[in-house]
Amino acid sequence: MKKEEVPQDDDNLHEGTFKQIMYAVDNSGNYVQVQSAGWEPENIALGQAWEEVNEKVKAARASVDAGEISPVAYYMEKNLMDLPLLASYVGKFQWQIKRHMKPGVFKRLSPGMLQRYADAFKISVADLK
Amino acid sequence: MSNSQFHHTQTAHCESGVISNLLGHYGLQISEPMAFGIGAGIFFGHLPFVKVNGVPGTTYRIWPGAIFQRVCKRLGVKMESEKFSTPEKGMLALDKVIEAGIPVGLQSSVYYLPYFPPSYRFHFNAHNLVVYGKKDGQYLVSDPVMDTVTEIDPESLAQARFAKGFPSPKGKMYYPVHVPQSASFERPIKEGIQQACHFMLKVPLPMFGVSGIRYLAKRVRNYAENPGDRKATLYLGNIIRMQEEIGTGGAGFRFLYAAFLQEAAVLLKKEELSKLAGELTKIGDLWRNFAFAAGRVCKSRSADNISYKELSEMLLQCAASEDAFFRKLSQVKW
Repeated sequence: MKKEEVPQDDDNLHEGTFKQIMYAVDNSGNYVQVQSAGWEPENIALGQAWEEVNEKVKAARASVDAGEISPVAYYMEKNLMDLPLLASYVGKFQWQIKRHMKPGVFKRLSPGMLQRYADAFKISVADLK
Repeated sequence: MSNSQFHHTQTAHCESGVISNLLGHYGLQISEPMAFGIGAGIFFGHLPFVKVNGVPGTTYRIWPGAIFQRVCKRLGVKMESEKFSTPEKGMLALDKVIEAGIPVGLQSSVYYLPYFPPSYRFHFNAHNLVVYGKKDGQYLVSDPVMDTVTEIDPESLAQARFAKGFPSPKGKMYYPVHVPQSASFERPIKEGIQQACHFMLKVPLPMFGVSGIRYLAKRVRNYAENPGDRKATLYLGNIIRMQEEIGTGGAGFRFLYAAFLQEAAVLLKKEELSKLAGELTKIGDLWRNFAFAAGRVCKSRSADNISYKELSEMLLQCAASEDAFFRKLSQVKW
């Protein structure tokens, strides 16, 4: 990659506010550091990853509103977590988390357990409910 | 509370950047590419069974922490490294060390670092940064991938340091206790190169090194059937991100390693290495072409078998070129 070829595609999610360093060669073939505002393939990939996250969050929200799952599932998606990660944050097994995602079980959770979920999601217990 | 003067330089990759900045603070000047090369950072691995958010892992570098360990060992730097059982203990220990004016390297999760653009904040736990002081209750941060120094509140820093998941940082902090004022790079360079060649060519598992690239190529060829179009675009997207996102120096660390070879060539007066650097630059461009083509598939959200086949061919070409390249590199006479 030549110095002039370092991509400056700043039509990305962070609107070009963040410049990363890339290594590229100058005219005499020596490597130099060049700032890059972003590159199209990376922007596509990053945008796609977020789209996937947003879709999952939306789907979870809809299921919560329909009374099919508990808010635990929604906030898990919203915080970009998966089962193993959430399980390690609240100190429970994955099957227990799955159980807590049932609305009926969720309603009967102890205040202490709710607090642990709220802490993991960085929200208040009231928000969680 | 005293704040040590810390000279911040923006770098491409967090780990080699922290090494370069930290050792530079103690008067041992080492560039980022040099740290990356001596630490034998270049690698390839594709792990379909280790999934992060349902997407198989791909890496273009050695596992986190390895570059650091190797550089310290090869240059005779002594590091103090600690992990903690609770955030309270971890933050207390950090305060103590920076109070003594010692800049500290920290392993942390990107997700909890508020100074990053939101679009980059995923649960990635192997980020490295330096804290060099405290002012008005805020920690002063030199994050090597940022262009200037920044600040962070204690709560976010504690969360970032004690994030859960894999690999869990457990508040890991490290700082040099002995740095030689000068070091000869000759032997470390040689050892670093030999180790990199070994990892790229000789690991007897199909997922790693040059054979790992072929392994990925084989899987990409069948992406239409397994895992199917929708997931395949996510898989490809992840490969691109591992290759081109912050901290790769472009083309999955290939350019960064080429920069190292170039610097080594001048230092050791070995024209051969400079030629090889030129070759690796071309390989890096092959990788970029691959990312570009893969990006197009992602954008159209589906691909016919032909384009998966084309992508697979491109990967095979990368593999063949890297195979030839590392064989030549491993035969350099010292």
